[in-house]
Amino acid sequence: MNKCVERLYNGLIKENPTFVLTLGMCPTLAVTTSAINGIGMGLSSTVVLVMSNLMISLLRKVIPDGVRMPAFIVIVASFVTMVQFLMQGYLPELYDSLGIYIPLIVVNCIILGRAEAYASKNPALPSVFDGLGMGLGFTCAITILGAVRELIGSGTILSTGSSALVKIPESVYTPASIFTLAPGAFFVLAICIAIMNRIKAKHGMEPAKVPDYCTKDGSCASCSNTMCGGKAFASSEDKKEA
Amino acid sequence: MNLLIIAIGAALVNNVVLSQFLGLCPFLGVSKKINTAAGMGGAVIGVITISSAICSLIYDFILTPLDLTYLNTIVFILVIASLVQFVEMFLKKTSPSLYEALGVYLPLITTNCAVLGIALTNVQNGYNLIESVVAGFGTAVGFTIAIVIMAGIRERIEFNDVPENFKGMPIVLLTAGLMSIAFFGFAGIL
Repeated sequence: MNKCVERLYNGLIKENPTFVLTLGMCPTLAVTTSAINGIGMGLSSTVVLVMSNLMISLLRKVIPDGVRMPAFIVIVASFVTMVQFLMQGYLPELYDSLGIYIPLIVVNCIILGRAEAYASKNPALPSVFDGLGMGLGFTCAITILGAVRELIGSGTILSTGSSALVKIPESVYTPASIFTLAPGAFFVLAICIAIMNRIKAKHGMEPAKVPDYCTKDGSCASCSNTMCGGKAFASSEDKKEA
Repeated sequence: MNLLIIAIGAALVNNVVLSQFLGLCPFLGVSKKINTAAGMGGAVIGVITISSAICSLIYDFILTPLDLTYLNTIVFILVIASLVQFVEMFLKKTSPSLYEALGVYLPLITTNCAVLGIALTNVQNGYNLIESVVAGFGTAVGFTIAIVIMAGIRERIEFNDVPENFKGMPIVLLTAGLMSIAFFGFAGIL
């Protein structure tokens, strides 16, 4: 049981996918125009992450090593399609506002990354908790981002159109709508990561790095060439420098 | 004329990275040097153009007649993955010099969300084959423009005096935010 709690802590804080590992940036920046969107995206990714981690972990001895990437992609894509239909049926408004980013959960680096790094090597129960921890860490991070952007950009928090949890009247604060547009996403995330860096520096931890797209330290989640392990790219970089 | 509007719209006005946030991983990860950024851009142009064409054909002539359009996410991602492998093998055999220049970037592109994103947007917008190819090509050119500019800026930032906590990821994101504001200027074209 300790291992499961450790996995949850790992996903939520120690290896938070957004603020620490800076993975899965596309949905993080794209859907965080409001807190509701953040929660919706986070929870649907969590469901996919938990289900695919469970499935991959159960099938880890059946899937041959050579075709494991395509197999993982098919498993993830099936769950994403299911989530997509459930959402379209029961939460049509949220489905419309998240749009194309729902099917794009398939290529979210967090999901394939966890499948490759954890679920394909560990038993089912810890894998489920690993997915849950990572998913909730992702949900918390993008909900915070969404709330900040919504507050600065439209003066509300958790607005559902007619009602809102917090609403600043227009006479007090004029919303800076650029924060709900594309540039605001970059600025808010940049400042959040800078704050995290400051906290981490106080505790003597490493600051967040720009993830190298392809390196030897195993950040090969977005690559289908799993045999390379970063060697191909590193050697081509060396050649260009020489 | 319509095709020109689609191409310019995809490349500049709705820039894939800076306003739609697709393909951010390579945009942030492979933009350290201009050379590698340009190589990545070239590979992305090739793959997105071909995959838009093939996904459009498969959607119109296989999925729609068989009433299987709900499977598009799974089918497209598998098509893109196998297409990339095929292009890699083809280049290796026919043009070793091109393979040398772009080959290493090809496997990186498979699960790049821009490629799948374009295929899905084309279907959503109801584009035919030619429109899909033009939209795909325009998007990929937009990606290349953005990543090369980003690499150019990052090469200069290296030598600047950035505040300690903003080093690394935050300063790159701030740069991207400023570029995104600049690209808003193109909204007046259409």
